[in-house]
Amino acid sequence: MKNELTIGIGGAAGDGVASAGNTLAQSMARLGLYVYAYNSYQSVIRGGHSYLRLRISAQKPLNHGNQINGLVALNQDTLNRHLPELLAGGICIYNNDKLKPEKAPPGVQLCPLPIYELAGSTALPVMQNTVAIGALIQLMGLEFQALESVFQNVFAKKPQVVAINVSAAKAGFDYALKHFKPFSEKLYKTNNRLALVTGNELLGMGAAVAGCKFYVAYPMSPASGVLHWMAPHAKELGICVRQVEDEISVINMAIGAAHMGVRSICATSGGGFALMTEALGMAGIIETPVVAINVMRGGPSTGLPTKTEQADLNQAIGASQGDYPRIIMAPISISDCFVSVQEAFNFAEQFQCPVIILSELLLSEGNETVNVEFLEQEIKIERGELITPENSTMGKTYLRYLDTPSGVSPRAIPGTPDHLYVSATDEHDEDGVIISDVYTDPVIRKKMADKRARKMQGILQKISKPSLEGSNEAEVTIIGWGSTWGVIKEAAEQLTQEGIKTNHLHFKYLVPFHVKEVLDILKKSKKTVIVEMNQSGQFARHLSAETGFRAHAHIRKYDGEPYEPKHIINGIKQILSQGKEIVEVLSTEPGWRTPHPPGPGVFTQAARIN
Amino acid sequence: MAMTIAVSKEAKHYKSEITPDWCPGCGDYGVLTVLQRACAELNIPNHEILLVSGIGCSSNIPGFFKSYGVHSLHGRALPVATGAKLANHSMTVIAAGGDGDGYGIGQGHFIHAMRRNIDLTYIVMNNEIYGLTTGQTSPTSETNMKTKSTPFGNLEGQLNPLALAIAAGCGFVARGFSGDINHLKTLYMEAIKYPGFALVDVFSPCVTFNKQNTFGWFKERVYKLEDVNHDASQLHSAMEKTLEWGAKIPIGIFYKNPNPRVSLDRLDSTLSGKPLAYQSIGVSKEIRKKLIEEYV
Ligand SMILES: Cc1ncc(C[n+]2csc(CCOP(=O)(O)OP(=O)(O)O)c2C)c(N)n1
Ligand code: SF4
Ligand SMILES: [Mg+2]
Repeated sequence: MKNELTIGIGGAAGDGVASAGNTLAQSMARLGLYVYAYNSYQSVIRGGHSYLRLRISAQKPLNHGNQINGLVALNQDTLNRHLPELLAGGICIYNNDKLKPEKAPPGVQLCPLPIYELAGSTALPVMQNTVAIGALIQLMGLEFQALESVFQNVFAKKPQVVAINVSAAKAGFDYALKHFKPFSEKLYKTNNRLALVTGNELLGMGAAVAGCKFYVAYPMSPASGVLHWMAPHAKELGICVRQVEDEISVINMAIGAAHMGVRSICATSGGGFALMTEALGMAGIIETPVVAINVMRGGPSTGLPTKTEQADLNQAIGASQGDYPRIIMAPISISDCFVSVQEAFNFAEQFQCPVIILSELLLSEGNETVNVEFLEQEIKIERGELITPENSTMGKTYLRYLDTPSGVSPRAIPGTPDHLYVSATDEHDEDGVIISDVYTDPVIRKKMADKRARKMQGILQKISKPSLEGSNEAEVTIIGWGSTWGVIKEAAEQLTQEGIKTNHLHFKYLVPFHVKEVLDILKKSKKTVIVEMNQSGQFARHLSAETGFRAHAHIRKYDGEPYEPKHIINGIKQILSQGKEIVEVLSTEPGWRTPHPPGPGVFTQAARIN
Repeated sequence: MAMTIAVSKEAKHYKSEITPDWCPGCGDYGVLTVLQRACAELNIPNHEILLVSGIGCSSNIPGFFKSYGVHSLHGRALPVATGAKLANHSMTVIAAGGDGDGYGIGQGHFIHAMRRNIDLTYIVMNNEIYGLTTGQTSPTSETNMKTKSTPFGNLEGQLNPLALAIAAGCGFVARGFSGDINHLKTLYMEAIKYPGFALVDVFSPCVTFNKQNTFGWFKERVYKLEDVNHDASQLHSAMEKTLEWGAKIPIGIFYKNPNPRVSLDRLDSTLSGKPLAYQSIGVSKEIRKKLIEEYV
């Protein structure tokens, strides 16, 4: 262990797992400790098994790790499932008044808390969480003050609630000092200034700092978090936020607003994205800059609403009929969501085309600590060639779809005097006059299609080229895309340490594609392995379609749970030792599984959050 | 299209350089001419109009009208127009299209746009047929009507868009006839001036594919609501009038809410000042700090 602890918190959905986790994570952030949190929850508001894993360290963790050092069990089920996972030196905290552990694994310390005694017999059931977090902070060797300040912040408007929580937490903290041994691994506070954020929050915040003025949505997990960020910030930031009748309306409104010169964006998940596709083609042919986010979840169809997957790449590449320029990018981490959305707006406006961001449940709902300085960094807003009432020069002939070497035509926003035009989804000439029905003209058609297609070359020059991480001389090259960057990076480093020299080629930009640069790298690689979170190898096919390159082997996972470093490490070892071409990874630990069919009561108050 | 004239007072100033490609005698010619006259009379600068359509013969109208325009997707004129209006509420935004476009594929948006009540004017060129796709049945085709897709007669019921509009909360509901140009012009002007969502359904005969509901057919049947002293401020009598269909069919203003609901573009506080489209973009250092601070 390298100065880090991974804590599991589990209970029934409704037990307050998420809020206990937030309290802990916020306390860590205030102590300058980095957190990466993964929440494995079911699609029910109450019932089901809800389990949160928080990896905490003075160095930024890039994934939720392989196993836990500490467990906070809020119900008997959690105790039964996860106690066996603890390694020697591990600690298990639970409510002694209600829960009875089975035998602890060797070297694991059981820490029963007499909750009634510590919180008072009339306390609300959730107070057990507060007492437990107090005890945990003590055993982690950290100061109580950080926890106290979190309560003060969360319940700022209710001083009595602060007092009750602080005294319960302090009781747990003091009790643990007297009765239990702390972790042998100690954590120390640092001076890092950290923000604790989810990918969805960063997509919202990133859009806002990029000057987004229009956000339109139809609720769908796991994208609704963006709407939930936008709605309460709308007034203050002057962003028009609307919830409308369906995703077809969403994207068409977003395009309508963007057409008028407003930075506009929408977010959905795969099903909603499917409904948006026809209009993305419209944005392509009328050359309107719009950003559409698809926060991927397990598919197909309704699929796994609360589980992660990278299986909408085909859909994004194939979105809408016909050929049109588009950019597809997949943020590689939670913090990268912040940068990606700002880049997306710049690219969309500079090249007047739709940009698709393929985010993922894992990024969008997971919490990560991000350095405040990172969020303070300004990315320049670049709007491309825009003609507005303020800067327009009157009297010249204006052609909205002027055929230029770059393929990009100066864009006058409606309302500008003297630049009238109609944008038509029918094929049209440089003046926007349609050539489709009566005046069909092959020469103009080809010219306009070529003009739009030329933008892809300009885009390719703007987006950064993929580059190898790790040593140039490696036995294995792991290839990944999107959210798996952090877990692959750790796996590659670990493999290298173990003597299997491994490097890593990661893709954020999927369309357009740096064919030559990528081939130059891959031709020199000895053993190439593509890691992705889908069944059929969508990226593998994309890579081979773009470059003709076929990787030697593949690691795939599509059971709903994200990769842990060990999955990739084991996969590579199997590929090397057994010559396997495809390793399919499955999370079988009881922590990730809910008995099926659900027991009585689980769904009695169920509310779906699809 | 280049050059526009700053102040326009005549219909010709709203004519684009493109000659309409509708069949000779198509009802849509009347709709276009009247729209040009109405805008001239209201003296709206060309560059402050956005005409948004869907797809269909009727939806070709922006190409023939001199203003900004979006000739969007089949059924999507209303969401595009809504987004545009919210982005720049200083523009006069007019949506236009066919019965298939608005009441068929776009019916979901139609209902919600009226419920949502944005200050748009929506002109539906209702020829009770799918013209562009060469004559299939439409939601407004009469029951038993023979069309290309219903050679043995339409088995389905006929949609009543005006009753639907009143039920959905539309504050201005009117119907005109492309064969009565002066009457139609008043409807357009009233609709454009109405401070909320306004529907003008227009009988605009398809001379090529609808041999049943022809100019003559409508001429025989239509009568003006103002000739029977209809009180357009009364919701219930308006609803009753929308149910009339047969030997006599009313045209005119069915319903005009005497106390219009405040339209969404006026309710949304983010639109109270300069149009979003004309605002400078990006956030100040202080606001960025504040946003980050929420998570620290
Ligand atoms: C998604 C989609 N489906 C179908 C079509 C084909 N289509 C074009 S116009 C039209 C119907 C036109 O009827 P209407 O809206 O009444 O207009 P009209 O031609 O009668 O004026 C159809 C079905 C299309 N363009 N897009
Ligand atoms: S087909 Fe019908 S609707 Fe279309 S232009 Fe001809 S007459 Fe008009
Ligand atoms: Mg029609």
